[in-house]
Amino acid sequence: MRKVAVIGVGCSKFGVRRDVNVARLSFEAVKKAFEDANINGKNVEFLAVGSAGAGGLYEEVLPAVVVAEYCGMTGAGLTRCEAACASGSAAFFTAYMAVANGLVDLAVAVGVEKMTELETPVVMEMLGRAGYYLWEFHGFGPTFPAYYALYASAHMEKFGTREEDLALVAVKNHKYGSLNPLAHFQNRVSVDEVLASPVIAWPLKLYDCCPISDGAAAVVLASEDKLRELKVEDPVWVRGVGFSSGTANLSRRGDYVGLKASVLASRMAYRVARVEPRDVDVACVHDCFTIAEIMAYEDLGFCKKGEGGKLIREGETEIGGRIAVNVDGGLKAKGHPIGATGCAMIYELVKQLRGEAEKRERQVPLKNYVGLAHNIGGVGHYCYVTVLGR
Amino acid sequence: MGIGLPFLNSKPLTLTFKIPINGFSRFFEELKNGRVMATKCRGCGKLYFPPVAECGECFSSGMDWVELDGEGEVEAFTHVVVRPESFKRNPPYTLVVARLKEGVKVFAKLSNVDLAEVRVGMKVKLKTKIVGDEAIYEFTPV
Ligand SMILES: [Zn+2]
Repeated sequence: MRKVAVIGVGCSKFGVRRDVNVARLSFEAVKKAFEDANINGKNVEFLAVGSAGAGGLYEEVLPAVVVAEYCGMTGAGLTRCEAACASGSAAFFTAYMAVANGLVDLAVAVGVEKMTELETPVVMEMLGRAGYYLWEFHGFGPTFPAYYALYASAHMEKFGTREEDLALVAVKNHKYGSLNPLAHFQNRVSVDEVLASPVIAWPLKLYDCCPISDGAAAVVLASEDKLRELKVEDPVWVRGVGFSSGTANLSRRGDYVGLKASVLASRMAYRVARVEPRDVDVACVHDCFTIAEIMAYEDLGFCKKGEGGKLIREGETEIGGRIAVNVDGGLKAKGHPIGATGCAMIYELVKQLRGEAEKRERQVPLKNYVGLAHNIGGVGHYCYVTVLGR
Repeated sequence: MGIGLPFLNSKPLTLTFKIPINGFSRFFEELKNGRVMATKCRGCGKLYFPPVAECGECFSSGMDWVELDGEGEVEAFTHVVVRPESFKRNPPYTLVVARLKEGVKVFAKLSNVDLAEVRVGMKVKLKTKIVGDEAIYEFTPV
């Protein structure tokens, strides 16, 4: 395995993007990433596109070929990666492996999703079907918030986690989202507002849920040979990737207070990267719902199992706390265009590790120069954890 | 961004998948007879719900059908208020995962219950019901 660096990142504005189709949305991210890396499409040897909703959430069935053509990368090796909401991380991993294995010297990962071309109940349906359609959706109509709400009910019962603790995650992430020009939500919210928002799937209320967003992010990966050729100094390195998965049927899970896939994927990533949770300066964790961030703290080893509520109450995951988590607003406020999220996490970590976070108020002070991205697909159906360092 | 900007409507398409249930058809037949069935692997003894026709643990294709008593305890629950497209005409519903005495867990709707009563640890029982031309299973409080 060769060392691999991230030499360019780009991210579109997240939000309701009725102004662009999937190709133009991707272009917005790819152009920034190419400018950042000082390359063009002809230099790219391999492109992996992460998108979960092709032909289901938006019209294009083969987004990889559409994006490759529109962004000048036709001819590069090409694939689309699907890992539900972790599709962007699956694409990043695929591009990373192409370089790490020595097959290519320059690869690109693009994550993209268009989620606002269908009516909201249809989008809820498409996401609810993503689990085990035959045995779970067909008879009972679970939605994505409903699946995470099951976990919230069990976590609250077992550990005494309160709805107010969940609300604090939304308050924190909206605060940072309001400081991130790319975030879907630019507004701050209070605990009272979160608690008073309409119930979506009890105990999750509107402000416990990420929005339905459009967005794209792109990452350029290079070998050491390529770094010399492009005269790149002091890049952000991929220190390690870990991965795991969980059962399709939620009824086959051992418990509902954490995601085993997160535990296994993060242990693998820490081992490969030779870091411990306490070494991480800044983390992007998968907070599609507020309970997901609480469980992530525990499953990733930022605190003991059951103490996630306490960690957020004590402000330890704010900038200046023990570990800064989701200071780009997270999925909760930045938005969660499902296929884009994994690459958008890498974008944020690279900006943070270079000391280039926008706005400046949300730049994390760096001690060890280690960042971690935790990206879940489904409800712990897929998990990728990526450690970056400088 | 861009609300009010020009767009094209795609060609509408209604998809109805013909999902093969060969290998589990007995499950759906027995539901009509009021029984909820699981399968037990003849190779390794593992009990499966939802039922399977092949065992992913020992790769045996020999399965015995066994009826579930259906009594269990809620491990997780939610009240679904915002419903997906194909359930939007249903009133809000309660979904649970309950662990049955037999050891398997079942994900299903919990009916005939006062919302304030639903909690982790609550005792429930599976029952079957005919809705339209489909037989379904759901939990009710014990
Ligand atoms: Zn077996």
